Amino acid sequence: MDPMAEIKATFFQECEEQLAELESGLLAMEGGDTESETVNAVFRAVHSVKGGAGAFGLDDLVHFAHIFETTLDEVRSNRLAASNEVVKALLRSADVLADLVRAARDGGGVDQARCDACAAELSAFTGIEDAADGDDGMGEIDFQPMQMAPLDLDLDAAEAPPEAAAPEPAAWSLRFKPRPELYAKANETVLLLRELARLGEVEVELDASDLPLLPHLDPEGAYLSWNVSVRGDATEADLREVFEFVDADCELDVQAIGADGEPMELPNSELDIAALISMAQSASEAPAEAAANLDAPLVDPDPPEPGPGRAELAVVDIAPPEPAAADSAAAPPANAANARGEAKNAPPAAAAGATIRVDLDRVDRLIDLVGELVINQAMLAQRVNEAGLARASNVAGGLDELEQLTREIQDSVMAIRAQPVKSVFQRMPRLVRELANITGKQVRLITEGEGTEVDKTVIERLTDPLTHMLRNAIDHGLETPEKRLAAGKNPEGSVKLSAAHRSGRIVIEVADDGGGINRERVKQIAIDKGLIAAEAVLTDEEIDNLIFLPGFSTASAISDISGRGVGMDVVKRSIQDLGGRITITSRPGLGSTFSMSLPLTLAVLDGMVVTAGQQTLVAPLTSIIETLQPKRDDVHGLGGGARVISIRGSYVPLVDVGLSLGYRAEPLDSEQGVALLIEGEGGSRAVLLVDAIQGQRQVVIKSLEANYRRVPGIAAATILGDGRVALILDIDALVAASRTAEAPRLLQAG
Amino acid sequence: MSKTILTVDDSRTMRDMLRLALVDAGFNVVQAEDGVHGLEVLAGETPDVIVTDINMPRMDGYGFIEGVRADARCRAIPILVLTTESSAEKKMRARDAGATGWIVKPFNPEKLVEAIRRVAA
Repeated sequence: MDPMAEIKATFFQECEEQLAELESGLLAMEGGDTESETVNAVFRAVHSVKGGAGAFGLDDLVHFAHIFETTLDEVRSNRLAASNEVVKALLRSADVLADLVRAARDGGGVDQARCDACAAELSAFTGIEDAADGDDGMGEIDFQPMQMAPLDLDLDAAEAPPEAAAPEPAAWSLRFKPRPELYAKANETVLLLRELARLGEVEVELDASDLPLLPHLDPEGAYLSWNVSVRGDATEADLREVFEFVDADCELDVQAIGADGEPMELPNSELDIAALISMAQSASEAPAEAAANLDAPLVDPDPPEPGPGRAELAVVDIAPPEPAAADSAAAPPANAANARGEAKNAPPAAAAGATIRVDLDRVDRLIDLVGELVINQAMLAQRVNEAGLARASNVAGGLDELEQLTREIQDSVMAIRAQPVKSVFQRMPRLVRELANITGKQVRLITEGEGTEVDKTVIERLTDPLTHMLRNAIDHGLETPEKRLAAGKNPEGSVKLSAAHRSGRIVIEVADDGGGINRERVKQIAIDKGLIAAEAVLTDEEIDNLIFLPGFSTASAISDISGRGVGMDVVKRSIQDLGGRITITSRPGLGSTFSMSLPLTLAVLDGMVVTAGQQTLVAPLTSIIETLQPKRDDVHGLGGGARVISIRGSYVPLVDVGLSLGYRAEPLDSEQGVALLIEGEGGSRAVLLVDAIQGQRQVVIKSLEANYRRVPGIAAATILGDGRVALILDIDALVAASRTAEAPRLLQAG
Repeated sequence: MSKTILTVDDSRTMRDMLRLALVDAGFNVVQAEDGVHGLEVLAGETPDVIVTDINMPRMDGYGFIEGVRADARCRAIPILVLTTESSAEKKMRARDAGATGWIVKPFNPEKLVEAIRRVAA
């Protein structure tokens, strides 16, 4: 990869981090955080984006970031109060900045009107005109500071062609007298002279007349000055540029020499540099003070001590006393102690979260290998068992330890892929703001448990469903402020997004305090759309779950927000694809809660290993509620081969796994088998009838789709300890099949 | 012997760009992520030139420069400041803190190497 392209990729990656930082900082400010470090961090984030964008010539981005930064600088320096209004505008600007970053990264345009409006809003706060930058919109970057300070030599301007008639100087004569500050800032006369020598032929003459006698010599003083003549076609600006870094710390006279060897007056060009310089000097440093420095070299009243002799000094004509060489005599650096103390107080760099960046492929390869290791360990355990070794034998003991270790390795490796859900949650405040604007509703987003960790893949695939659920909650869940007031509620609705670990899974909830699901309306719509029979008698829970049916949408006209071609059925499907479940609880007038329960990882699964029709299968343990031994009296045939089982008074469909998957032609006698009561999506239950239970085991999931093809009723495969492949049951598909009487045989149907 | 440059910048992008430009120009590059880190690196390294950003967490560029200038061993090291603006005020502030010179961002590698050449013995 081209190194610049690589750096650009890093830049965009970093931009994302900065944007996240920016948003969380602004949100903290919105919540009343007035710490200066928060504002500084926000400022730095924008500043960083701008700096990088400049390097890649992303002008639109630079321009906007510059305006943004200007406003933040005002806030940072307490010239602009971080009022609610200001912070809200800053948040909107952060969104625009994010759009610009993404537009720069992925191509495509941005909402120019929105950018401009936002930029204008920011400029209005600061009242600084340069931010608005006139009428030409975003076209131009304005890097030039508004107040063109005298010191800021604009070399391009200085190089403006002189009057045509002006005589060319034959040479330049410079007188250069450094002040001690010049050396204190690690500038070197010799380097400046070297630079001058690059411009033309130079003659250097040292003026050591100010050099005091040794007893009066301040080792850090500056006593030497130089007269230099430069021949060649260098312009005055070229010469001045050499002294760009030091012009405030030295006396510099530049004199043009005519062909006759006499000083000549150059016609005043547009920029009178000499005047500017003198103004700058008088402004920046009182000349009197400078003179005092020069006139009073007796800073060190100590008796003479052996030091660099005068003769030596004269020899090293263009190497003046170097500050560093004199550190023994240097004033004890009181500042140094301060600075060190500061450094000590600050935490060491490592504590700032030492991280390394690793290619995801490498992690996945590691996870694969650990998966193999787990399988291999299981196989080994089985072999040892088969060999009939005593449980107390050394081999068995070692094997136990091995098992322990492999499990720990596996957990640790999985933890590498685990990430806090914060990365997804962080995107939501923006969505909520936009939705609130569009719907005219007042919404407060509360997030909880952002630090909850879950596998990276789960996180990546969580964004879309979560986005849609939030849309749904705000668009359909929350009422308008008027309705809320009428109902005696706070006009501002709240949506709570929370994540928590619960028994080996992560549970993510989207809860609104809106009106709850209007069940009558939901049922009517389902009837109108032919999704359910008109006379169907449904429990509240069943009605709530209707909204997950494909083709269901409660908005009578497809709204701009929720109606983006995604229904709750798609949300449910994507959650299920992640091995998760989604449930609703809704209370009229009080709001609804959508709860998603997801596995922490997609790589391993706790499963119950069962036998059906001589085949070994795995049922995900999380779906199993209980196991039971069915009694013949409890099982009732319904005709068409369908059976139900009565469990504590309720009838549950019985799924003969062997028959469903086509392992056997005849149904298994219910008394011969074992029943697993399972709960599928949305709480629908079924009983799986299998021949026998072998045990519980953690299995490594191997994709069947990637390695073979999709098989209905089967979610994935795994390799067992004996090296054989076992299929993992797709519980939801089996339950769904049990509800549609006409397709009891999945494999044949598929 | 090639010169060693210490770069201090909190932005990974900038660090990468500085490293690329400087390594291409034949310099040894040592990097730090902020002022505090920069001073820590200086405890074990004596670079020929330091290039530092101003806006950084924990310790900004001004604080860092003051720290370097207050250290007898390091105070003669030329320090170039990276600044996004050519504003005189910012330059003056950097110079008052003890910076040797500055580089205006966005810089190109030639400008960077040129500025280093101008201050490096």
